[in-house]
Amino acid sequence: MTFDFSAILSGDNGIEMLSGAETTLALFISAWTIALVLALFLLAVRASRVKACEYAVMVYVEYHRNVPGLVQLLIWYFGVPQLLPRGVQFWINQHNGEFIYALIGLSLNAAAYMSEDLRSGMRAIPAQQQEAARALGLNYVQAMKDVIIPQALRHACPSLVNQALGLFKSTSLAMAIGVTELTYVTRQIESVTYQTFKVFAVATLFYLLVSSGITAIGSYLNKAGRIRR
Amino acid sequence: MIAHIWDILSTYGLILLIGQFPDGPLGGLALTLVLAVCGLVCAFPLAVLIGVARTAPWFWARAASAGFVNFVRGIPALMLIFWAYFAVPLLVGDIANGPVTVICALVIYEMAFLGEVVHAGICALPRGQTEAARALGLGYVETLRQVILPQALYNTIPSILNQFINLIKNTSLAYVIGVDELTTAAYQINAQLLTQPFEVFLILALTYFLLCFSLARLVGFVERRIKRRRTSAPTEQPI
Repeated sequence: MTFDFSAILSGDNGIEMLSGAETTLALFISAWTIALVLALFLLAVRASRVKACEYAVMVYVEYHRNVPGLVQLLIWYFGVPQLLPRGVQFWINQHNGEFIYALIGLSLNAAAYMSEDLRSGMRAIPAQQQEAARALGLNYVQAMKDVIIPQALRHACPSLVNQALGLFKSTSLAMAIGVTELTYVTRQIESVTYQTFKVFAVATLFYLLVSSGITAIGSYLNKAGRIRR
Repeated sequence: MIAHIWDILSTYGLILLIGQFPDGPLGGLALTLVLAVCGLVCAFPLAVLIGVARTAPWFWARAASAGFVNFVRGIPALMLIFWAYFAVPLLVGDIANGPVTVICALVIYEMAFLGEVVHAGICALPRGQTEAARALGLGYVETLRQVILPQALYNTIPSILNQFINLIKNTSLAYVIGVDELTTAAYQINAQLLTQPFEVFLILALTYFLLCFSLARLVGFVERRIKRRRTSAPTEQPI
């Protein structure tokens, strides 16, 4: 076996590989952003103390935790369109439908995990903190902003980073519904060039690099957020 | 919709449960469970080795195990499935079929994650346990075997069960290489029916949900029990 990667990394294959990596990153970053917003929303709903709302969020979280990510994507891609009106179906299919369904599936899934991480971060802060902040004359919003949330974020940071890593890895599931992300492209190039090990080595290396990047950002944030006493 | 679901279940329920079993290979939910159980059973001893190696007194053992764990945690499980799909037939020859390939990939994946669970369990024990065992004259291996591992593994039972739930969910990845487990079975039923994709995949999701959700409840129960046993005051012994 020679270590000549030129057949994979140059010409059309190289361009395809790059666009696959780009789609993977685009899927990851957009899904993570949507998931964060959604997770904050879920957190707020769960804190609302309305029993029905709390139960709805619980069901949402348990569904996403106990059903495989792949099955969730299959439902979005194959199952849900049947329930949508014709016009909406048509519009989605016109606008890169695979990507949209993958984005919906992945971000809803990540939001469930993220909201749980944030919630356990909030629960780690004793109630006295809130009471003390209020006693010092801060109002609810100030107490949240200056006292509770900074501490809760520190607690939640490691699991949020882990969650981001998990989301990045699960973007590969999108290949099952035909999104041309890195794993999909890798399989395609492999079936054209038959250079199985080289193609998969390149893709694996890319996943490893981005994963280590995410881990490095995570440990930097952990260090930067540490309280010096 | 309920009527549709009932129709699908009464026509294809058996295929979802056991595949073609008496007349053909095992499939469906039964194969999913077989894959997950085999994966856990094979991965567990290896994971204990990894967990121990992470805290070993030799630098190379720590470095190698940490490198392995970071490597596996950094790539998608799907990548490992494809690697196994190409590499396992080359390594073991003709006996490699779909389920064996999937089990190999899942074992490597689970080794890293379960290894971290065991590692965390060992680290969570107070240092005094090792020191006391060594002071009593036990060697490194005896300390691990008689003092550290029994406690560490007992304390981590809930996390090990959680990993088992993850493993069940990961068996669905076998779908991409066409192994006939639950997800593939549902996909094929959908391809035959064509008209009711939502109902078919809803049944699929509900099956996984019932399985994993009830296991998760069990984990919660075990966790509370272990916590109670660990924190309750020691019973007084008559002198």
